[in-house]
Amino acid sequence: MIVRSMSALIARDLRLAIRHGGESLMPLIFLFSVIILIPLGVGPGPNLLAAIAPGMIWVAALLASLLALENLFRPDLDDGTLEQWWVGQCPAGALVVARLFSHWLITAVPVIVFAPLAAQMLYLPAEALPVLVLSLLIGTPILSLVGGLAAALTLGTNRGSVLLSILVFPLIVPVLIFATGAVSAAADGMSARAHLGLLGALLILAITLVPLATSAALRLNIE
Amino acid sequence: MTRMLEAHQATFARNGEAVFTAVDLALDAGQALIVLGPNGCGKTTLLRMLAGILRPWQGKVIRHCQPAFLGHLPAFKGDLSCRENLAFQRRFHGGTGLDENRALARVGLAGLGLRPARTLSAGQKRRLGLAGLLVAPRPLWLLDEPYASLDDVGCELVDRLLSDHLSEGGAVALSAHQRKPVIDVDLVRLELAAAEVVS
Repeated sequence: MIVRSMSALIARDLRLAIRHGGESLMPLIFLFSVIILIPLGVGPGPNLLAAIAPGMIWVAALLASLLALENLFRPDLDDGTLEQWWVGQCPAGALVVARLFSHWLITAVPVIVFAPLAAQMLYLPAEALPVLVLSLLIGTPILSLVGGLAAALTLGTNRGSVLLSILVFPLIVPVLIFATGAVSAAADGMSARAHLGLLGALLILAITLVPLATSAALRLNIE
Repeated sequence: MTRMLEAHQATFARNGEAVFTAVDLALDAGQALIVLGPNGCGKTTLLRMLAGILRPWQGKVIRHCQPAFLGHLPAFKGDLSCRENLAFQRRFHGGTGLDENRALARVGLAGLGLRPARTLSAGQKRRLGLAGLLVAPRPLWLLDEPYASLDDVGCELVDRLLSDHLSEGGAVALSAHQRKPVIDVDLVRLELAAAEVVS
């Protein structure tokens, strides 16, 4: 029953994302505008680009995730589909997980798929590519989770996007540090396991606490 | 008689101000409850609380079966077609009712299955909401102003759906203003007084 409601919600979110075609291409447009524009600004030297590549790819992933947050719950609040989350038999926390999963599928997966190509364009050493993809796989769900909590908290405020960014940025700084640290370590031929381990710990922490806190915050907003 | 819904001394307060106080009600299978009262007395709030969207400030609400709530908001995605919206409702609520096309025909929207829901008129949106009750049948209906924006034929349709639902052993709680349900079952009346202020 719970899985059925969750999969129904994910399927509808993906269908809506495909129908709004332009919005779902935004993450890739971000990634490639960063990758193409920054070398024009800082110069095309391979050493410099390889050094800043992990950070640039991660910032693109971060912005793609953040910009979609404003519409994570608001349309559902406005058209009344959000309040139905508390009417069905499926606990709202599970539906929060489903909604965040579709946010991750739409904003992060395209970036993860094209990250190796983008990294090659920036001369990132090939041996760092698996670690880059792994860091994105572990780290981007944290962005969706933390962002989802902030989106739920700011749902009651009109035009809450400024407040939302202020809430999210400090919380995702550790993710950015450990993820880019992992990729840089791998590029320098060192082990990235410590960084990735800490990133994994952050993911476990977020996945445990965020759905509960988010559903509580949403409930405050529909009351 | 199976008990569907109970409320014991249920009070709801918004910002420390009671919207309604100490509501007691019990609803059995086959019974219909109508919530009456002036604007602002908390009819919508009471129905939302019975549905589980709002939590009572004091007292408690016990639901013995799965409720369906139909409010002022359409609870549909305007960019999806009527049929896709109904298919979502069926999966989301785990329904095994009428298929989408038959439900649409039943509420007078036959042939509009592929239209995006946002292009429907206000009355047609209400009808689509009713179709949602048919694709995913749930024993307890909580309807907030089900007659709003509907034409005469639409109002008779609501009466017919209510009669069928009650005769199949369902229960209904609804709020209504201009038009009251015209059905064979006796309505249980619940009058809410105008809001009073408590500290």
